[in-house]
Amino acid sequence: MSADIAVLGAGMHPWGKWGRSFVEYGRAAAKTALADAGLEWTDVRSVVGADTVRSGYPGYVAGATFAQALGWQGARVTSVYAACASGAQAIGAARAQILAGLAEVVLVVGADAAPKGFFAPAGGERPDDPDWLRFRVLGATNPAYFALYARRRMALYGDALEDFAEVKVKNAAAGALNPYARYRKTVTAQEVASSAVVADPLRLLDICATSDGGAALVLTSMEFARSHGVADPVRIRAVSTVTPTYPRTLLDLPDIATDAVTASAPAGGPFRASIARAAYEEAGLGPEDLSLAEVYDLSTALELQWYEDIGLCGEGEGAKLVREGATALGGRIPVNTSGGLASFGEAVPAQAIAQVCELTWQLRGRAGERQVPGARAGITANQGLFGHGSAVVAVR
Amino acid sequence: MERNRTPVVSGWFTGTEEDGDFRLLGTRCSACAAVFFPREDAYCRNPHCPGGGELAQTPLSPRGRVWSYTDGRYRPPAPYVSDPDAPWEPYTLIAVELEAEGMVVLGQGAPGVTVADLAVGMEVEVIGGVLNEDAGTVWTTWRFRPVEPAGVTA
Repeated sequence: MSADIAVLGAGMHPWGKWGRSFVEYGRAAAKTALADAGLEWTDVRSVVGADTVRSGYPGYVAGATFAQALGWQGARVTSVYAACASGAQAIGAARAQILAGLAEVVLVVGADAAPKGFFAPAGGERPDDPDWLRFRVLGATNPAYFALYARRRMALYGDALEDFAEVKVKNAAAGALNPYARYRKTVTAQEVASSAVVADPLRLLDICATSDGGAALVLTSMEFARSHGVADPVRIRAVSTVTPTYPRTLLDLPDIATDAVTASAPAGGPFRASIARAAYEEAGLGPEDLSLAEVYDLSTALELQWYEDIGLCGEGEGAKLVREGATALGGRIPVNTSGGLASFGEAVPAQAIAQVCELTWQLRGRAGERQVPGARAGITANQGLFGHGSAVVAVR
Repeated sequence: MERNRTPVVSGWFTGTEEDGDFRLLGTRCSACAAVFFPREDAYCRNPHCPGGGELAQTPLSPRGRVWSYTDGRYRPPAPYVSDPDAPWEPYTLIAVELEAEGMVVLGQGAPGVTVADLAVGMEVEVIGGVLNEDAGTVWTTWRFRPVEPAGVTA
């Protein structure tokens, strides 16, 4: 049995601060993806929504919310939430339904309308919720965690602030070429250096914004794609949604502490690396086969970490890679050709889907000025709060 | 009126900033020796634990080494408590790898400790402190500070 599924359509609503409902962004993205696939909404037999927690009850059950906005037509529905990894969970659920023969055509949608500024925990007095506690007890915002990782890299590997800035410069240059990006201006290293420090050593332009946006995919069985006249579609070959292994020794959002190593020694390497490893194993390929990658650059420094975690270079060599220009457009292995979170800002449930939209356009050879010549394989990587792995391998 | 001194989270630490015997409190599984902080009282989370153990309260190492550090230059959102009318005073956040447990615990730096006083690998100790005060209560917490006087250690 082929484990491949076809990406027949990809669509987005542009990222920004539009001040409208997330439902509107999701519906627009879905319509665009359906048109791209040459299908009608009524052809869809299953809809999977990646949920948002910021938009009340409709956001918690986004699958049905999008189905209602597109017009009830009786399709099977699934709603998933895994924070930043929600989109990969949605793709994973759609893929399982297709491979199990439960549905031939599945629409995956994620959209968000994010508030300005720091993400805050859900309201109320909830001392049993680690996400609430880290704010109450420590004031530990998301950028504080990004800054801890950045400082650690500087101490361990000698990364410099200029290396972090170079990631922003690179991603802004790519984002300037992407009509769906929120920020479409090039940025200089000087501009990064002169932006305000948010959490030492990271500056405002090292940290991704929070955005409104929507992304959607039309996924089908390989047989359906062929019968629809698409002989050689972009294929999703792997979806990794792994969890960490105990003891987890890398401090992660929203935890106040890591696991102790008193009972057993850490094994299997860090969580982020295990996310990519599972995707490579499932796809039967490795980092040397990649044409491009989309990784979750919540901060500039974190993008360098991902280079190492997805195997583009050895531990501690991420900064060297960006300094050499290897991960820029035109480089050996371009990363975040979409412009990344640096150019989009985070629309949480849409983001992992948006990563796959970019792979789709690249693998089709339709990425315009951002095109990676001859792109054949790509990986997306991401991580959701509390231990949700997220990686997708797509090939052509 | 005397205000109550109340831990911001009950059962996470013992002692006060004055008595010099302040300790973070975790729990330890008697079957597999796994240690948990924040304390886990209901079940052991080690998947290789043989089972049948009890989770007993245990004080954590009073010292450890700086894993990393940062600060908060902007006011965090609620439920962090701060006076919206007062100018924002950045706080230091330190991730400390505890000596015996090998676990990394986050905490705010003691008052006056800034990022300029810290380095990855530096030895620090845990002490008691005050997180915030309101009409009826002084909310207490844990903080970290360098073992040597600030600025002396490389």
